[in-house]
Amino acid sequence: MTDGETASTLQPFNASTIPERHRVFSVSRILTITGNTLTELTRLKVFYVLLVFGLLLIGSSIFMAQFSFQQEFQILKDVSLGAISMFTSLLAIVATARMLPRDIEDRTVYTILAKPVPRFEYVVGKIAGVLLLLAISTLVMVAAFLAVLYMREQAVLQATAKQMASMPPDQLADALRTVRASAFNADLVPGIIIIFLKACLLTALTLFVSTFATSTIFTIVVMVFIYFIGHLEATAREYWLTAHGGGLVTRVFLAIVALLFPDLQAFNLVDDIVAGTAISMAVFTKTALLGIFYTVIYTLLAVFVFYGKEL
Amino acid sequence: MTRGLIAVGVLIVLGLLKLPVERDLATLHRQEHFRGVEFNLDLREKLGQLGFIAALSGFRAIVADALFIQAHAAWENTQWGRMLWLFRQITTLQPRVLLFWDTAAWHMAWNASVAAMNDTNQPRHALRVKAQREYFALGKDFLERGIKNNPDRPELYEALARLYKEKYKDHERAAEYYAKAATLPESAPWDRRFSAYELSYCEDRERDAYERLRSLYDEGEKERLPTLIKRLKFLEDKLEIPQDQRIPDTLLKR
Repeated sequence: MTDGETASTLQPFNASTIPERHRVFSVSRILTITGNTLTELTRLKVFYVLLVFGLLLIGSSIFMAQFSFQQEFQILKDVSLGAISMFTSLLAIVATARMLPRDIEDRTVYTILAKPVPRFEYVVGKIAGVLLLLAISTLVMVAAFLAVLYMREQAVLQATAKQMASMPPDQLADALRTVRASAFNADLVPGIIIIFLKACLLTALTLFVSTFATSTIFTIVVMVFIYFIGHLEATAREYWLTAHGGGLVTRVFLAIVALLFPDLQAFNLVDDIVAGTAISMAVFTKTALLGIFYTVIYTLLAVFVFYGKEL
Repeated sequence: MTRGLIAVGVLIVLGLLKLPVERDLATLHRQEHFRGVEFNLDLREKLGQLGFIAALSGFRAIVADALFIQAHAAWENTQWGRMLWLFRQITTLQPRVLLFWDTAAWHMAWNASVAAMNDTNQPRHALRVKAQREYFALGKDFLERGIKNNPDRPELYEALARLYKEKYKDHERAAEYYAKAATLPESAPWDRRFSAYELSYCEDRERDAYERLRSLYDEGEKERLPTLIKRLKFLEDKLEIPQDQRIPDTLLKR
């Protein structure tokens, strides 16, 4: 080959023509999957049905039987926070349970995984989408709850001021302070965060179950059982570790429950917070860390099982 | 399949690691008055199947509220037996809500007891009194169990003191419970005073009552209320306190 021939066949170096090297981990890919998952979920009717039921229940708490103001606030807070807890948990299970089976059924998963998208990113993107949806619905329900609470508080403050108009100013101020203290309590905020973390845990656990489940219904049924068993885990654990009676079968059963299932009772703090129990920083931090630990572990296990899943 | 088994194995290993953490957290929760309800057969018997399932699923507050509304309806229909049954369930589900213990005790010791005394279907006075005393005892039982579940809150001690004062006319026990309430944080400013008032009605405790009332009086104008002065004057006469140690008579006329 002559010098002239070389010059005519070789192209000059151009960096932009080299294809970008594939990155093992990409936040932007995860965010794309998260965004798509969120869009998909918000198009689901079940999301709106659950959200509307949650908001209706919160709204209806204002019309519940009116006793003294303390009783009324107690019931209003119990019902509203119970609704938030119930609907976030339901949404976490229902939205996650149908995610993987639907993607497989619609063949979306093949389109995504045929591209250079690791399965890890796919699972993380999916769960992040559900968690974002849960965060949005929790915020909407909390906003509705605070609005209802504020409206009732104002109504009760006005009624109290009217009733006690002839009383000395310090007594009136005391009464109004009592009403305000009975309405909103700053400890409700950590209580609501714990409710959200419980929903996150349930999301991750549902995703883990759905990686080896064969259908959406199966995942939901298994999760309902897990939900109840999780609330009994603490009892099983204490009985297993402290009681010396019971046969071998019983003890093995209790050990399985204690080891395999999360302690969901640990996340039911809001009932006692509404009742007036103050939540310390230690209790909040430890409970929140336990929730985050479970969420991370179940997500990692879901990724691990999903890697071996034949698609 | 293999991956599934490995995942279960990992869960068991992590389960062994999480056990002490969860136990410590449960202990911390109990220390700070969370997790007041223990799930066992006793609870199952008290609650009935539906209530137990609801409590298991983490919605015991809503169930308790629904039962509370039912109890309110039962009160309107003066169904005292049903109210007692409902309030037992409510307080089992929500042992940290003072309002439920207090309302239950009030219904039993005040409303139901009066209804029992005025029961036209019972012609024998002795049996009406017996029924009344039984309702007092039920009210007392609610408050005592409420205190056992909430030893850190003064409201139920105050309620029990009121019950002893107004229903049993037992001023010594009333003084004792007001005094206990006064030692707790967030107690009402009048608890100490009320304890001393109650003690001033007790035979053989006049000296103690006098010292307490006098010490309150010496704290300043804020404590020098008409009842305190009246009781103090009464005790000064009864104990024959020397004139130079007595409070001025002019205060009585204020």
